[in-house]
Amino acid sequence: MSKEKSDIQIDCKIIDGIREGDNLAIQQLYQIHFPPIAQMIINNRGSREEAQDIFQETVMVLYNKISDGDFMLSSRLQTFLYAISKRLWLKHLTRGEAKYRKDSIDDYGESLAAEEVIEDHELKETNLVQMEDALNELGEPCKTILYDFYIQGQSMAAICEKFGYTNADNAKTQKYKCLQRLKKIFFKK
Amino acid sequence: MGMKSLNQQAFIAWADAYLREELSQEDRSRFETYCTENPVHAEIFAQHKAFLTTMVKAEARSNFKRNLQHVAQDYHEAHSPKPATKVISLWDRLKLNAAVAAAIAIVSVFSTLWLTGYYKNLKKTTSDYSALRRDMNTVKRNVNAQNAAIQNIHNTKDNVKETMHYGATGFMITKNGYVVTNYHVITGADSVHLQNHKGESFKAEIIFTNPEKDLAILHINDSTFKSIRSIPYTFKRQDSDMGEDVYTIGFPRDEAVYGQGYLSSSTGYAGDTLAYQISIPVNPGNSGGPLLDKEGNVIGIISGKQKGIDGAAFAIKTKALMETLNSIPADSLNGKNVVLNNKNLLHNLSRTDQIKKLQDYIYIVKVY
Repeated sequence: MSKEKSDIQIDCKIIDGIREGDNLAIQQLYQIHFPPIAQMIINNRGSREEAQDIFQETVMVLYNKISDGDFMLSSRLQTFLYAISKRLWLKHLTRGEAKYRKDSIDDYGESLAAEEVIEDHELKETNLVQMEDALNELGEPCKTILYDFYIQGQSMAAICEKFGYTNADNAKTQKYKCLQRLKKIFFKK
Repeated sequence: MGMKSLNQQAFIAWADAYLREELSQEDRSRFETYCTENPVHAEIFAQHKAFLTTMVKAEARSNFKRNLQHVAQDYHEAHSPKPATKVISLWDRLKLNAAVAAAIAIVSVFSTLWLTGYYKNLKKTTSDYSALRRDMNTVKRNVNAQNAAIQNIHNTKDNVKETMHYGATGFMITKNGYVVTNYHVITGADSVHLQNHKGESFKAEIIFTNPEKDLAILHINDSTFKSIRSIPYTFKRQDSDMGEDVYTIGFPRDEAVYGQGYLSSSTGYAGDTLAYQISIPVNPGNSGGPLLDKEGNVIGIISGKQKGIDGAAFAIKTKALMETLNSIPADSLNGKNVVLNNKNLLHNLSRTDQIKKLQDYIYIVKVY
């Protein structure tokens, strides 16, 4: 009983760590949860490299759910990760096929839940990947200006100084133009 | 302030200030009021806010993904075999050293083997092992065990002194005084004496030795020795069968000791076809004793046992004794021919009666 409790505490610690971007939490996640999932994939016609990819994708699903704030640990973290990995691997194996084959009837509910999570994840992921691509496409100095202002929360004065703009209005105009360009790239995709 | 005319850039700047919480309480309310009054700008604000959220999330996500990849890389490096490149470059550097070391090692191994006479032994032993090629493991074990394993059975008393002597067993093969024992018992002997269970001692001379078969033929050369009428046992020339009930009498100590067992293999040590493996408790001093079957036929001569293996003793087959007797040159016999007894007086007797009858013909071989 106390072991179960401490396991749940470890799960919660990992989730909190991921929310806060703590590298140690990611390491712990890897050490505890990668081996059984890798085993499952390798036992099902997968390579170690494929296992790594699937696991990383699974962790990204977890990450996105956590960062959206809608992750409730209804079961053990291992159960969640295992179900997601299994589903992702199955999808990988049946790429290009319209329907996924089901392993057995009794895990149908579980795989359906996992499927929903993955679909939701993929939708959000598409959006985020688009943004990432758009930012990369934007180029300098726009990327850094927007990064400093919107993500780092720096003041226009600091940005002005950093980029050597002679007056704040020029910097503001530049920032606005950059943002408009980014939006254009993003929504065009 | 006439807000209607606010251009988009100014509005975004205002919205940013609102989102960054840089506005005073009064300005915040004004911004909110403006948005409710200008649905177009309200829509732009909502879009802008969502866009910025996506931007922050995307950035955090790519940060996380980068961290994840680093952790994954560290994890897999720690959990998979080291890349070979370092080893190969190390090998390239040390190749010459390794080659020289290997050459020296090879030279020293073979010269040591040569100096210690390993090849002489090997030549001798490999022929014995040929019959066992089917079981390579056994052959290998036997080769390895070669020098150390076979334990010659003789009593060693006072090894250091000049007066050292070995004790073993011998038994009579003809009524005119020929006795057989092991070659290893009498090697390097100055004199050999035979003593029976009654305590009578006779001087014996070595007539013939066959080191290869580990046999020595002695002749009692003593005036006190009276020729005997007949020997109660015969010699079985054919091989005996596995599982046969066998026994021996020997002198592991000064009193005769009876030992009983069975024939466990039709070949001897390391596949020697001129020997049996027998399961009889034998000890130093049993060497040279007769191995008899239940009818009282001599089927072999106890010769040794294998260290580390329980109940693995060996006996030289009678066939080897016959071959040895036949190879004795005529002039070594001093006119006393080797005529083996062919009448078995033991086969109807109980074991104890057999022993009573035959123990007169079994001797302690004392070597000085």
